[in-house]
Amino acid sequence: MKVGLDVGSTTIKCVVLDNTDNIIYSTYERHFSHILEKTEELLRRVAEQYIPGGRADLAISGSAGMGMAESVGVPFVQEVFATRVAAGKLTPGTDVIIELGGEDAKILFLTNGTEVRMNGSCAGGTGAFIDQMATLLKMTADEMDAAAQRAEKTYTIASRCGVFAKSDVQPLINQGAKAEDIAASIYQAVVNQTIAGLAQGRPIRGNVLYLGGPLTFSRCLRSSFDKTLGVKGTCPENSLLFVALGAAFYSDREFDLKEVADRLQEHGASETYRSQPPLFESQEEYETFKARHAKAAVPRVPFGSDYAAPVHIGIDSGSTTVKMTVIDQDARILFTDYRPNLGNPVPLIREVLQQLYDEHPALHVASVTTTGYGEDLAKNAFHADYGVVETVAHFTAARHFLPNVDFIIDIGGQDMKCFKIEDGAISNIFLNEACSSGCGSFLQTFAQALGYDVKEFAKLGLFADRPVDLGSRCTVFMNSSVKQAQKDGATVENISAGLSISVVKNAIYKVIRAASPEELGRNIVVQGGTFYNEAVLRAFEKEMGVEVIRPDIAGLMGAYGAALYGRGKAASGQTSTLLDREALAAFHQETRSEVCGRCGNNCQLTINTFADGDTFISGNRCDRPVTGKADTGERNLYAYKRKLILGYKPVPGKRGKIGIPLCLNMWELLPFWHTFFTKLGFAVYHSPLSSRDLYLKGQGTIPSDTACFPAKLAHGHIQFLSKLGLDAIFYPCMTYNIDEGLGQNHYNCPVVAYYPEVIAGNCPEIKDIKFIYDYVGLHRPKDFTKKIHDILRRFFPDITKNEVKEAADASYAEYAHHMSLIRKEGERIIEQARAEGRRIIVLAGRPYHVDPEVNHGIDTLITRSGAAVVTEDSISNRVDKFPTTVLNQWTYHSRLYAAAKYCCSQPDMDLVQLVSFGCGVDAITSDETREILQAGGKLYTQLKIDEITNLGAVRIRLRSLFAALDEQDEKREEA
Amino acid sequence: MEMHYPVFTEDMKKTHTILIPNMAPVQFRILAAAMEHKGYKVELLGNCGSQVSELGLKYVHNDTCYPALLVIGQFLDALQSGKYDLDHTALIITQTGGGCRASNYIFLLRKALEKAGYGNIPVLSLNFSGLEKGNSLPMDLTFIRMALAAIYYGDLLVTLKAQTAPYEIHPGDAAALQEKWLDTICGWGHEGKGFSQQEMKATMPKIAAEFAAIPVHRVPKVKVGVVGEIYVKYSPLGNNDLENFLATQDCEVNLPGLMGFVQYCAYNPSETARLYGGSFLEKHISDLILGYIAQMEKVIIHALKDNGYHAPLPFSELTELTEGLISKGDKMGEGWLLTAEMAELIRSGYENIICAQPFGCLPNHICGKGMINKLRELYPQANITPIDYDPSATRVNQENRIKLMLAVARERLAEKAEAQESKTRAGEQEPVLV
Repeated sequence: MKVGLDVGSTTIKCVVLDNTDNIIYSTYERHFSHILEKTEELLRRVAEQYIPGGRADLAISGSAGMGMAESVGVPFVQEVFATRVAAGKLTPGTDVIIELGGEDAKILFLTNGTEVRMNGSCAGGTGAFIDQMATLLKMTADEMDAAAQRAEKTYTIASRCGVFAKSDVQPLINQGAKAEDIAASIYQAVVNQTIAGLAQGRPIRGNVLYLGGPLTFSRCLRSSFDKTLGVKGTCPENSLLFVALGAAFYSDREFDLKEVADRLQEHGASETYRSQPPLFESQEEYETFKARHAKAAVPRVPFGSDYAAPVHIGIDSGSTTVKMTVIDQDARILFTDYRPNLGNPVPLIREVLQQLYDEHPALHVASVTTTGYGEDLAKNAFHADYGVVETVAHFTAARHFLPNVDFIIDIGGQDMKCFKIEDGAISNIFLNEACSSGCGSFLQTFAQALGYDVKEFAKLGLFADRPVDLGSRCTVFMNSSVKQAQKDGATVENISAGLSISVVKNAIYKVIRAASPEELGRNIVVQGGTFYNEAVLRAFEKEMGVEVIRPDIAGLMGAYGAALYGRGKAASGQTSTLLDREALAAFHQETRSEVCGRCGNNCQLTINTFADGDTFISGNRCDRPVTGKADTGERNLYAYKRKLILGYKPVPGKRGKIGIPLCLNMWELLPFWHTFFTKLGFAVYHSPLSSRDLYLKGQGTIPSDTACFPAKLAHGHIQFLSKLGLDAIFYPCMTYNIDEGLGQNHYNCPVVAYYPEVIAGNCPEIKDIKFIYDYVGLHRPKDFTKKIHDILRRFFPDITKNEVKEAADASYAEYAHHMSLIRKEGERIIEQARAEGRRIIVLAGRPYHVDPEVNHGIDTLITRSGAAVVTEDSISNRVDKFPTTVLNQWTYHSRLYAAAKYCCSQPDMDLVQLVSFGCGVDAITSDETREILQAGGKLYTQLKIDEITNLGAVRIRLRSLFAALDEQDEKREEA
Repeated sequence: MEMHYPVFTEDMKKTHTILIPNMAPVQFRILAAAMEHKGYKVELLGNCGSQVSELGLKYVHNDTCYPALLVIGQFLDALQSGKYDLDHTALIITQTGGGCRASNYIFLLRKALEKAGYGNIPVLSLNFSGLEKGNSLPMDLTFIRMALAAIYYGDLLVTLKAQTAPYEIHPGDAAALQEKWLDTICGWGHEGKGFSQQEMKATMPKIAAEFAAIPVHRVPKVKVGVVGEIYVKYSPLGNNDLENFLATQDCEVNLPGLMGFVQYCAYNPSETARLYGGSFLEKHISDLILGYIAQMEKVIIHALKDNGYHAPLPFSELTELTEGLISKGDKMGEGWLLTAEMAELIRSGYENIICAQPFGCLPNHICGKGMINKLRELYPQANITPIDYDPSATRVNQENRIKLMLAVARERLAEKAEAQESKTRAGEQEPVLV
């Protein structure tokens, strides 16, 4: 008899085969991280009930089974390999297997060259991801599947990593998108993720087999795969057990199962994971801690039914919760409310307001202020008086609480905010970037995965003796760290404590990146719902080495701050513009979504219509759907640059057609190459501005999923050009960039320099076309002319030296002209902004950040707020070369440092740096830029961008910046 | 922003101990001996453990590559250990001067030292590009020659042990012999002997012969090649002790030598001049250096081959393997060398390859992961798995991926053995047929 065991990240599967390979027993159970105990119990059960004599051939497989198998001396079969063994036996004729597990995604190509692909360590589009999303939608996995089948449309959700997708989903929920549509979009994201990350250009055709939990349980996921791949895949019988079956088929050594179980038990007794000191040494220590924090309370006053004094209402429509606070003129709390937003905050807010009106007939509302993700929606829906950016709301609350506060950290369900305060103003803001949200909702998901309620789960960790050391990285990584700890026998208590400590470490080292507590300040207020978790609070104090203040309303600080803000703004005797009793009673909201279609952006609009006929539109990148007018772009140098580039049109020529992909450095060099090839008698075609669709068409050939998004877009551009019937595509490798004399060298970054090599190696489209990707150097004009002639002659033998010489001269001139136009227009925008008293934002990035699909419309977001936008290269020539504390060796980045330096000399100019996720070079430049700006007394703002299409977090970041700048200005005027 | 940092002066040579990060344990040990011969007091760092990467995370931008986090973390951990007199300690770090982030490590290290309160500790640059003038290890000819010899001795010892240990009858024989020779060579290094070409010519065959004399039982084993970003390729701290893990999986491991990287660095200036233009000297400087190394290369190749070991291709032939794959103009990070090494490994029977890189390594998007498709087209037998390393990537995930690659490798090994057997059987039948 044969026994196969598959110990996965969330489940354990076992099959028992008789001597003719018939299944006589099988099981599929969640192990809730009790891996060793569960395996041991299972082996004993199987031995007693199904195997006479208790001896059978045994092999173990599965991601959590590896170390275990070794420790008890049982053969281990790698799980993909096991799947293949099983498929070979049970489903011959299969061409491709797609298997999604708890944390793994795999594609196996069986015919025409066997190949196996597994997801990289940064890919979350798997079962755990689906569970996480389901939690977010407040559904079970089954409910989500059922909901998705009723979907009418899908939204674009980043398919890269679970955390990114989450930051796409949350705003959709907040904007009132339908849960059905979101559910379907999540499945589609998983499909895209699998294809982009794993197929890497290899077509999935023929008989496709779907295996693993998510694909077995979700019909919608299967049909999404079918639709996207254009196949009809099958989910076979025992689709959950293939790995276990493979292990059983593979097994050839006999064991006494009870003996193995005994050895497992012994192994369980010897834990080996990496641990850290406990949170509390003793009960007394805990009691002292508790007593100290109990002192940080806000005064409360009774809110009787006859209450008639003016009140101020603060509404914090956060990412996962809605919070409301009602205060009196003395900032004392009358009423609070805190509830999960269940996807749509509007009906909840209405319910609470209704309750306030009902229970307090004499209620005099003086002001209503909204804040948080849903600030605009709530403000519009209920006619609130003020809206305040959430960072300012939190600061207002903390300041009220601790006047000399110099550091605030707020960890909420989905986001983390920290601000430093100097001279009574926010001097620096840290928001968690999409990759590091080790926040409350993560703890919650994890608690549920382990079968606990989140409160209960957190408590477990308080007295854990050896908390697991889980490191400080993004949540997807944490998943596998936890898996490892489980394997090493960590108890749930120690995992719970470890997770709490990780959240804190993430905040300190990943988001704030502080080296020492002194650096942050000594008067710290911590807030946000996550700090109700005493384990997190304690971990924070221990990690920082400082006692902090946690107000008893830690989870309500946004709402409290908003109320305080309204109290400060309201004139005495004012009555709020809030919907009155009748209007509120008649209130209703309708939500629909449509594609804007007014321009090429095709924004996905969510339109809320309220009872009084008011509408609130979200999802728009410009004001056109709201005001009906197009953005003129007169204050936006990004728009001007796009106009310049798109002005280069093909001119028919004698030598045929040549194509240039509008990606990476071509965003700056197109004027050069367009002129060059036009002069040589080619009609020069370039690919269009990037779009989602263009990206998706090229994503199948991307070999390295962790490269930056601008580079990955190149595949779509090549795909586009390949359809134009061109004679050649020109995309040269360039180690060096043009030397502008601003640094010690003038390199391109490795990706910009050599991406054409990746195209040549991975894009089948260029097989039937001349793809010219030779190495050229524009930094040596004389040599360039010679070298490029040699290169081109290989493809077009009739090109003469003289022609090339003339073309090169014209191209250098055109390039210089192009750059001078940018600088001139920059000058004009700056002057106009100064005349109109506008802020000037240097939106600093690389030439390719001008692509709207790359910057997601951040440029127009800034101009919509009233500021003017210029680029780093329009002002970088205004300073001389100066020393830096890093090796200043990349042309694009030298401009960045120079622009930062120049900003410091201009009171009305501030720099915002765009950083593409995965840009390794920016790990170095962003620190240097920050230091240059801070030395010049400027705020540093960094916006990390990727495939993400939602601008919610960016907007908060920018509004916080403007609020901080306004406050600085006010201070300056006062002084 | 200008930064003022302490410079390593000539006097410090006598008073200061220079700490060396441990990248390639064997080669660096001999290099350290060579530096001692030059009158420096040095210590090769051996500290590891979780606090190393934690300190790195604490003081370096978290998105910086993993090797920078580890090297800087290792330094800080050493400085904090209390083992060193902080007024008389200096650090040394390599700088390639290329277009990759690695050229900035020294600046990141200085920033981190400043932040951690060690701003008074001088940092030396080890480079061949003329960076950090006045603050780098002086590169005179005798030292360069010694360094090259040290690297070759190291490469030889690594290769010999790798090709012997998996088959030895008494476990530990090869390791002991490697240790013995390391001691001997380092001893020579202190005295300044053993590093001339004549001496290498005499010694290397002797070393190889001694390894060849170790009793072995040679059976077919899975052969694995390891390429990648230079630090995670060699450093056990960086790659979670990859070599030992593979040893436990019953594999023979081939780690292409460190000299390849040196030759690659020497080759690039001339290639650059050829591609973009340059002076006569720039065009020919590489040939000069490579010509010198080639003489030593002959010695090591002969020593290996004559004793029945697999020897790497001469560099001049390795460069040709980029044909149809990647241009030799790709010179950032490990650049074209990495691709060429993969091709060489596949061609010489090490078809199973681990391509190791720090998470998000920029050059490897191109020359590593970006070239796998082309390699597979050219060499269908290639079984390559890219593995990413970073502070939180867990060993279990990495090992799981490697095991998948190994499972495929074992299956092919069995198929090959079967094919061999049936061939032999067919061979036996032949006379009957005739």
